[in-house]
Amino acid sequence: MADDLRKSPRSAVALPRASRRGFLVAMASTVAMFGFPLGADAAIAPGEPGERPITPNGKMFEPTIWYWIDQAGRINVHVINAEIGQHIGTATARILADELDADWKDIHIEHVDVAPKWGNMVTGGSMSVWGAWPRYRQAGAAGRVALIEAAAKLWGVAPESCQTRNSMVTSGTHSISYGELVASGLSRSFTDAELKALPLKPVSDLRLVGRNVVELDVPDKTDGKALFGIDAKVEGMVYGVPLLPPTRLGSSVVSIDDSVAKGMKGYIRTVDLKDPTGIVPGVVVVIGQSLMAAKWASEKVKVTWTAGPTAALTEQQMLDRARALIRDAGVGTILDTGDTETAPIFAKAAETLEAEYTCASVLHFQLEPVNATALRNTSGTWEVHTGTQWPSLILPALEQAVGAKSGEVEIKSYLCGGGFGRRLNGDYAVVGLLASKAMDGKPVKVVFFREEDALFDSFRSPSVQRLRMAFDKGKQVLAMDHDAAAGWTMEAMGLGAGMTKGKDGRTFDPNSIDGADHYYSVGPHKVRAISLDLANQLRIGFLRSVGPGWTNFALESFMDEAAHKVGVDPVQFRLAHLKPEGRNAGSLPSSVGGAARQAHVLKRVVELSGYGKQEAPGKDSAIGIATTYGQNRLSPTWIACAAKVHVERKSGTITVQKLWIVVDCGVVIDPDGSLAQIQGGALWGVSLAVLEGTTIENGRPRDRNLGTYKPLRMIDTPELAIEFVKSTAAPVGLGEPGVTVVAPAIANAVFNAVGVRVRHLPMTPDVVKKALTS
Amino acid sequence: MITFKLNGQDVSVDVDGDTPLLWVIRDELGLTGTKFGCGIGMCGACTVHVGGRATRSCATPASYVSGAEVVTIEGLDPKGAHPLQTAWSELNVPQCGYCQSGQIMQAAALLKDIPDPTDDDIDAVMTGNLCRCMTYIRIRDAVRKAAATMKGAKNG
Repeated sequence: MADDLRKSPRSAVALPRASRRGFLVAMASTVAMFGFPLGADAAIAPGEPGERPITPNGKMFEPTIWYWIDQAGRINVHVINAEIGQHIGTATARILADELDADWKDIHIEHVDVAPKWGNMVTGGSMSVWGAWPRYRQAGAAGRVALIEAAAKLWGVAPESCQTRNSMVTSGTHSISYGELVASGLSRSFTDAELKALPLKPVSDLRLVGRNVVELDVPDKTDGKALFGIDAKVEGMVYGVPLLPPTRLGSSVVSIDDSVAKGMKGYIRTVDLKDPTGIVPGVVVVIGQSLMAAKWASEKVKVTWTAGPTAALTEQQMLDRARALIRDAGVGTILDTGDTETAPIFAKAAETLEAEYTCASVLHFQLEPVNATALRNTSGTWEVHTGTQWPSLILPALEQAVGAKSGEVEIKSYLCGGGFGRRLNGDYAVVGLLASKAMDGKPVKVVFFREEDALFDSFRSPSVQRLRMAFDKGKQVLAMDHDAAAGWTMEAMGLGAGMTKGKDGRTFDPNSIDGADHYYSVGPHKVRAISLDLANQLRIGFLRSVGPGWTNFALESFMDEAAHKVGVDPVQFRLAHLKPEGRNAGSLPSSVGGAARQAHVLKRVVELSGYGKQEAPGKDSAIGIATTYGQNRLSPTWIACAAKVHVERKSGTITVQKLWIVVDCGVVIDPDGSLAQIQGGALWGVSLAVLEGTTIENGRPRDRNLGTYKPLRMIDTPELAIEFVKSTAAPVGLGEPGVTVVAPAIANAVFNAVGVRVRHLPMTPDVVKKALTS
Repeated sequence: MITFKLNGQDVSVDVDGDTPLLWVIRDELGLTGTKFGCGIGMCGACTVHVGGRATRSCATPASYVSGAEVVTIEGLDPKGAHPLQTAWSELNVPQCGYCQSGQIMQAAALLKDIPDPTDDDIDAVMTGNLCRCMTYIRIRDAVRKAAATMKGAKNG
């Protein structure tokens, strides 16, 4: 270890403020400072100087809203997704450039600011590439057709005689660049019907899709140029540090005493946000001339709150409540999974199997703590500079926060220093904006220190699941029940109106039950989604892989348990029930092939890993298997994992030695980026399986920083072997599916290694030891 | 007034000596490539070089670097083309990118101490730098690749 300082920052920041602080007074050279012109468009453009979007040089042509080409031949692609590490700009631009027959060198990307014309701007659920594929192919085809038409007219030849390649149109001896055609004046536009009717290249003709490239956002992430929300800088800004109420919701400020802080250098004032949105009630922000001035002052400001109803809530109470809800057959929503009449079958079954699985609360711990810089600019518009995964969702709340009309609040896009679902919830932007409002529109940068980021986290809800299976005398599967009680983020975030209707007419949050509605044919199948109300009160949120992160832990562990019960190998047991029939047959465009594709990845991962071969991998070591369809039935990513683990019996420590993963995501747009997503997802899966979890105490997460919260580090990283299935099916997402298979594969491997079933996440040494000794 | 060298330039700042170096670099001197992660020196996002040693700037009081040479990611190479930075791009190491300045600065210090590190050396040193996107495998590959490049340049 290098000589990094291991001292607590508390010791660094808690010393008496003896010396005077002030502003920078002398510098030997000009250090680049950037300041956003007030009111300017602040969309982020990775790879451009200052990450500022390029503007058209001379004439420009905009065949659709998704990009423009200027007379210099530069092609600026409008990306509506947030960059959270998935290189979505590159993937999106590859789809467009391929269909447009553009030269990759001409491509520039711009992550646009939120505006109604872009539709719902949300980056989550592994939906971005799935959504981009039809949209940007059509857009590329539109440009290609328009450019060919213009060239054909210019030369007096038939459009059919023209070819496009590398940003050039050619016909016989004629040849002209896209830029030259734009310079000649192009204004062709397309109706929606025309767009839909455009000819698209067959997948086999694609030239950029499926080939590797340096991701457009990567170089700026190696030299410090990349701009994240926390890097926003506005002329004259001051800094804010939040003081958080005792409960996430329901607290209110009684009094603020800043008499001690008043004597501190750089302290400005403390503001009660008086949140009118109900999203951040009771939050107080301490304002200072510098971030540390605000931080130090915040340690001396005394706020008295009345606490909300969750002030004494514990993790155990939530789990108990979940169990009680599951026992009450009258609660929850039954999903439409075809025949759901399982009760009469269970009543007559020769044998049944039942198991309960629990998952602890989990923090996001995205490395960039949440933050937002807000101001009222010279034209009277409010600006919020921040990285967010769902600007369309938070924008109306921001308008409500400052009593502004539509269009009077702008969200300026930045890179996200980790999304993982935390930044789907833009609550921190409300804090930043209200702090500026309390300062009469002065620019304020609010930064949550790590401990406050953890306290304010919209963490992953704890969950309890009960799975049951009915068998006949011949040990054939007759029916299955899956009850899952967990927080519903859509309820917690006030999105109840957008929830899905179940078979019984009640609504449910699909994000908290996806995965349970599986592609196995098991006869009548009843999936009951139950909202864990106590968790919703803590404003729980989406965390990478969301419901499928816990439903598949239960489902895929249970499939192994069922296989062992009937004495069949777990892989054979799964394959026998992965039949592409009925509702599991799949359909065009995205789930074509259905259960057959899931069976294929499963078989392939068995081959790759050598699972089931005679030679055991060593004492107390074994391989376990799991398979899922990723995030949801609409856009399934077929995936299977084999995990090789060793269990140290004495300590209960699980060592994950190797993971083999096979993925079928349809067409692979950006192979290296796709690999990166599965690598990251799989390791996130390892971290959630054996390391990461927290406990709610007094309505708040117990773990606040890395002293006690211990995510996966390099030294514990297992070997990975990842393979993508070659496919021409429509592409689907990759950000989360890699997570979903890992925990159950590890749990199944633990069973195969030491013969005990661990039914709780995370599978920490204590949990494993308990299972070993019970 | 605290005076030190930042990326080869003399700088003076009038800040409280207890101010963590991180915020001096970011907010007073305007170089935002160095990141804030945990504030307790355990994630490594804030890693810079002080006197050539990898140092967690979030837990280093500004007074500590008085008279010292501080190098940040912006000063690692004048063209941003240190062999580590080149390897980082060629292997598409970063995902969200937030931790990567710290990773690269930590790796640069590692290669100065151990020009030809084994995988165990890399793990032992780099495990102090958290990456939430879990780019660990590529970081390891890129450190190896940069080490090979630097060795080749030296021998050539």
